[in-house]
Amino acid sequence: MRKEELTFWEQIYIPQIYEGLKVTARHFFKNMKGHIARLLGKPVKDDETVTIQYPEERRPLSPRLRSLHRLVKRADGTPRCVACMMCETICPARCIYIVAAEHPNPDIEKRPARFDIDLGKCVFCGYCVEACPEDAIRMDTGILEFAAYTRQDMIYTMERLLANEPMKITSQGQRL
Amino acid sequence: MDLAIEVIKVVVVLFGVLNLAGLLTWVERKQSAVMQDRIGANRASILGIRAFGLFHPLADAAKLILKEDFIPEGGNKVLHTLAPFASLFFALLAFAAIPFGNILILDGKEINLQIANLNVGILYIFAMMSMGVYGVVLAGWSSNNKYSLLGGLRASSQMISYEITMGVSIMGIIMVYNSLDLQEIVRRQGELLWGFIPKWGVITQPLACLLFMTAIIAETKRIPFDLPEGESEIIGYFTEYSGMKFGMFFMTDFVETVLAAALMTTLFFGGWQIPYVHGNSLTIVILQVLAFTLKVIFFCWFFMLIRWTLPRFRYDQLMRLGWKMMLPLSLANIFVTGLVILLWN
Repeated sequence: MRKEELTFWEQIYIPQIYEGLKVTARHFFKNMKGHIARLLGKPVKDDETVTIQYPEERRPLSPRLRSLHRLVKRADGTPRCVACMMCETICPARCIYIVAAEHPNPDIEKRPARFDIDLGKCVFCGYCVEACPEDAIRMDTGILEFAAYTRQDMIYTMERLLANEPMKITSQGQRL
Repeated sequence: MDLAIEVIKVVVVLFGVLNLAGLLTWVERKQSAVMQDRIGANRASILGIRAFGLFHPLADAAKLILKEDFIPEGGNKVLHTLAPFASLFFALLAFAAIPFGNILILDGKEINLQIANLNVGILYIFAMMSMGVYGVVLAGWSSNNKYSLLGGLRASSQMISYEITMGVSIMGIIMVYNSLDLQEIVRRQGELLWGFIPKWGVITQPLACLLFMTAIIAETKRIPFDLPEGESEIIGYFTEYSGMKFGMFFMTDFVETVLAAALMTTLFFGGWQIPYVHGNSLTIVILQVLAFTLKVIFFCWFFMLIRWTLPRFRYDQLMRLGWKMMLPLSLANIFVTGLVILLWN
């Protein structure tokens, strides 16, 4: 490899240090200005110290974001799902497990006796939502944090899926 | 009465220095964060109050005190314990000769705002800073660890090399102000050059200022000269230290930064002098102490700026810079200064 020749001023090193210090000092003062403006409640430009303090502050989510699943309920609180197995069939990760049972209402063919989603396997492709003929499964809870300590805890049973609520959407179309 | 005044001076200086050093751990985190477009540590809280992460130094101290104090097998217990104390002790002792204000006259009584009024103040400070090498060497030697020993050797050779440049570069200042007494040097810096420029060291000795600053950064073992410590990459002399003993080495680092800032202020930036303002009434002296503090804080900030801008030197580059460039330059500086003084008179 050819060694790069340094000019005299580069070898003296001090002008180079000065240039470097200029860059870092510029960042320091610009960010300091942003911090102070933020502290005083003044508007802050986008390139000045935008950090979202995560657990307290959250990024606005798009309404079409695919997040944790939920099962939609009927008026009487039972799942809308008819255990047609469409979602289980289309699932590329094979993370859905359904056991069908007979529904007490003769107008409805079946109901799920079990409906488990293994989030350890789920790839969040959203095919189950697309495939569902009854609009019984949705991925609109806006919940992104579902880490668990055991593999067992990653499996969401029907009760847990039914308990999930849809995310609230503001007039700007953002999650609160 | 005299004793009480002395005690008050010692307490004020120690309080100021130790607090500033503690605060510098916070400044180091926050300033680096601001320089790198980050937010920085802000999670430590007391009763939900975060105060911009100001509790992080407290949390660090609590952690370090509660940690196990480990002495490696085969290590020399006495020396292993002595090393961090020696390191911190001499760094703190050096502050005794730094004047932080003019001679204050209260009720006809002269109070010299300097703990020890030594007529060889500069020599005393350099002696104390050289003693700091012992802490480093002892830490490396007593750890019974070859890497620590090598780290200690590296550190001591660096410190000794740069001490020479530091001492020689300061000769110019001694020649210009004709004194070894720091209070006297600061007082002379209040004079005006050609009637309008303050006769600060940086104006009479610009090259010495640059050399001294480089040497003192090397002396405090901070980036770009931090290879004796090399916190996580190169194994340094305090590898075998844990708990508060490590904390003391860490504190030495920051105390030395304050010392370096104080020395830069005293020798090259007029000490407690405010340009064109003279006198020793109470108001002016208080303003002067404030000016001194502000200058020290500015240099602490400036050293941090350097620390978070430059990359680290390699060992051979460090030695080449010290012996082949800075030492000849500082010798040339003495020669030129002498020549100018000779022709001037």
